[in-house]
Amino acid sequence: MEVPDQRVSAAAFEELALPLFEQLYNFAHWLAQDATEAEDLVQETYAKALRAFSGFQLGTNFRAWMFRILRNTFLTSRTGLKSTAVIDDEVETIASTAPNPETVLLERADREMVRQALTELPVPFREILLLCEVEEMSYEEIAHVLAVPIGTVMSRLCRARKALRALMVEKFKGAPHGV
Amino acid sequence: MACESWSAKLDAYVDGELSPSELKDVATHLRECTSCAAYALGLVQMKRSIAAAGKRYQPGADFREKIQKTIGSKRQRGGSWYWKIVAIPAALVLILSVAVNFYVGREKTRRERVYSELTDLHVATLASASPVDVISTDRHTVKPWFQGKIPFSFNLPELQGTDFTLVGGRVTYLAQSPGAHLIYRLRQHEISVFIFQDRGDETAALASAPVSTLSFTVEGWKKNGLLYFVVGDVGAQDIESLSKLLRDAG
Repeated sequence: MEVPDQRVSAAAFEELALPLFEQLYNFAHWLAQDATEAEDLVQETYAKALRAFSGFQLGTNFRAWMFRILRNTFLTSRTGLKSTAVIDDEVETIASTAPNPETVLLERADREMVRQALTELPVPFREILLLCEVEEMSYEEIAHVLAVPIGTVMSRLCRARKALRALMVEKFKGAPHGV
Repeated sequence: MACESWSAKLDAYVDGELSPSELKDVATHLRECTSCAAYALGLVQMKRSIAAAGKRYQPGADFREKIQKTIGSKRQRGGSWYWKIVAIPAALVLILSVAVNFYVGREKTRRERVYSELTDLHVATLASASPVDVISTDRHTVKPWFQGKIPFSFNLPELQGTDFTLVGGRVTYLAQSPGAHLIYRLRQHEISVFIFQDRGDETAALASAPVSTLSFTVEGWKKNGLLYFVVGDVGAQDIESLSKLLRDAG
């Protein structure tokens, strides 16, 4: 029996896209910092992706494709337009702020403190750390989501880690128990 | 403090993004350079902390439902009702008929196998020089003889006033399961009665009515966890009368 293509692709889409629901929501919430906005972002992402699904090539990375749509949706949202800090990827990454004793900082940091530091990071740093550590994406996948070359992924990731570490150092210094 | 030249490579190292040759270089360097080793350790700790801290927000069940509907509703556009009305019953009928054919076919072959095995046992026993191991017309002799030889007991009918006589019995096997084989006589015909435990396996393939195979008639039934088979070259009616006697006794 002939089955219309539209229905086949819709079924395939559901099968591929639904398992990503929780990851997409977590990422959206981290970007928007608000539950309602996160829901709007995820819903719009699914709607856009479903419309564009016929153009998606099966066999290529669907997860990266979905995250890319979500991220672009965020960047064009009101919060996204407001919050996006411009990151100059050309800046030389100089290991300047992290003396050795801080390497053990994160071991002693509680989860809440790491969350706070992540929230305070500029969006480009926050998102790349989440994609790398939480979503466990490869550099290639991250490059696809962010639409940047792999070299940029590497340098930005490096700087994001240093920025987070610097924030953690500040927090420890500010914390009542000190380091 | 990591060596400046190694710093970027260490990120790729902890992310598992180095090529085998680069990996070898970094591993060698880390063995020699404690500051880089400490730096790499710090990166690993940071990765773990972010991974743990980053899994933070859970969507609500209502929202999940909403998304499922958003995706699901699109599937019903464009004449899908027509498609469903035609395809689903057709598929069900097809599945059902295949399943029934398969089941009936399998039951039939199972039954044929069991019945032909029983017929063979019947014929082989009658052809033997000593068809029975306990020779007695008295059911009160035959039944106790089986004690300790088979893992169950059974009741035999009172034959007074009928044309049947008990000849005797022996232990037999069907599908590795021990059972009782009793031989009855009706006029000049010998009829075998087989009793086995119902193990719910293929020996339990019973026909609802007497079945004739190769001029033998076989009837089988289940009662109180036992399987009974009556096999003989007499007519179906005689097989049924003996079966009835056994049913009433068991």
